[in-house]
Amino acid sequence: MLIHLFLILVAITCLFPLFWMVSSSLKTQETIFKDMSVFPHEFHFENYYLAWKEGGFGRYFLNSIFYTVTVVLGIVIVSSLAAYAFSRLKFPGRNLLFYIFMAAMMIPIPGSFVALYVLLNKLHLRNTPVGYILCMISVGLSTSIYLLKTFFDKMPQELEDTARIDGCSKIGLWWHIALPLAKPVLAVVVVFNALNIWNEYILALIIFDSRKLMPLQVALKSFQGEFVTNYPLLMAGLTITALPIIIIYLLMQKYIVKGVTAGAIAG
Amino acid sequence: MKIKDTLENYAFVLPALTIFTIFYIIPFLWVFWLGMFDWDGILPTKIFVGFDNFKEIFTLDKIWWHSMLNAGYITLIALTFQNALAFLLAWACDREIRMKNFYRLIFFIPPVLSEVVVGLVWQWILDGNYGILNSWLAHFGFQNLARNWLSDPQTALTAVALVHSWKGFGWGFLIFLAGLQTIPRELYEAARVDGANAWHSFKNITAPLMIPVAVLVAILTVLGTMQAFVLIIAMTDGGPAYHTQVPVLRILASMRGSSRFGYACAQGITFGAILVIISFIQYRFSKKARQA
Repeated sequence: MLIHLFLILVAITCLFPLFWMVSSSLKTQETIFKDMSVFPHEFHFENYYLAWKEGGFGRYFLNSIFYTVTVVLGIVIVSSLAAYAFSRLKFPGRNLLFYIFMAAMMIPIPGSFVALYVLLNKLHLRNTPVGYILCMISVGLSTSIYLLKTFFDKMPQELEDTARIDGCSKIGLWWHIALPLAKPVLAVVVVFNALNIWNEYILALIIFDSRKLMPLQVALKSFQGEFVTNYPLLMAGLTITALPIIIIYLLMQKYIVKGVTAGAIAG
Repeated sequence: MKIKDTLENYAFVLPALTIFTIFYIIPFLWVFWLGMFDWDGILPTKIFVGFDNFKEIFTLDKIWWHSMLNAGYITLIALTFQNALAFLLAWACDREIRMKNFYRLIFFIPPVLSEVVVGLVWQWILDGNYGILNSWLAHFGFQNLARNWLSDPQTALTAVALVHSWKGFGWGFLIFLAGLQTIPRELYEAARVDGANAWHSFKNITAPLMIPVAVLVAILTVLGTMQAFVLIIAMTDGGPAYHTQVPVLRILASMRGSSRFGYACAQGITFGAILVIISFIQYRFSKKARQA
């Protein structure tokens, strides 16, 4: 039926650019400007080795991994602690603080990176991994706290009540009961934030001056400026950058879909 | 006892609160303060200029308003083409149960890619001399349609807007699909029994129930698309001759290019205020539409 044709056409449009990216990465600088074949005649896998070593993408890849892992870890710990408190613990100003976190999700402040740059300079954290990591943790907090608090609110209290009677401390409740039960939501938090951090560009651009600290996205763009002629290497670099995301997406897709649709239905 | 208890509870939110205050709240407030100064970001002394930065934005900065129009154009394409496509696809998938998960998987791939990857790949596809689009146009005899898509002032902005839509429709698709699936099937059954055709079902059941979802998607689209800029950096860097400039790029240029930190903040405040006003108008408009 016509509907099927429509759907397949759109699907092809989604996939073709990626296919073309990989196909281009396997050609050579000499042939790529004339060879328009969708399947390359020869497979020059050495482009990936060259991009990794000479192009420096090995270093940038490791940087991206490092930032993604540390920031996700930081967000999981910091936001789950806060979300648990917002849900289960009482203290003055609890609701106000929660609303401040939520308001941050909705108020657009374009150009706040200007002040962030100035602040990091003052704290001597600019061009440092720590500075970038702390900024990125801050960026991911609101959404993660919201997701986790919503989950904790729905969590039945019996397990915690029993544990508390047995003398479990608050932090013990968080670690031994809340977190294990929250695994599905934590999966969403981890995947969502990992995607955002891996793909992040603007903060990395203004925070890092040193090449060796840069993550993939920023390095790619400046690579394109320098190596503007070597397209196969650039395409290999793009593939190296996109592949982890696609793999994580294919494996964890249902968590991403759950996160997006839950947010939409709530909104 | 009670105090110790409360302090313990505060300790749970302390890390989040500290990081959030230092790296979000303080810069947020600081932007308003910096917007009233003339400062290059390095010198220890700033010059207080009051509202002069804002005066300059509204009277002298033609490129700023040009960039605002460009962002508006891209947003318009997103609101119409991108969201219409997203809805049509969601509607098609809602009826077509079999391959639904497969399509849902594919359609959300562009959104999870980074703007840099998307921008650079499409830049390569759209290249005037060596891009595959022009090659195919020539191959099928449409040579005269070939353009320097990203360096021709006539086509650059539309090309960027379409790539942005390519990357973005997956979001709307997911949200529309989720919304469509909350509509109880019995409503459609009952309508069919009463003799309604597909158009009637759509007009009287689907459309009214989907209005809140459509409003949400519209507001998110406007907010997100107006602030888009990384894709543009990757594709055209704002060229040719400012034809693809957008507001956030201008702010970045004020900061890094002209070293005018105060002015950049003033631009940010202006832009933020405009976005808030637009969102407010959208929200009020949607309330009226819901009551109708």
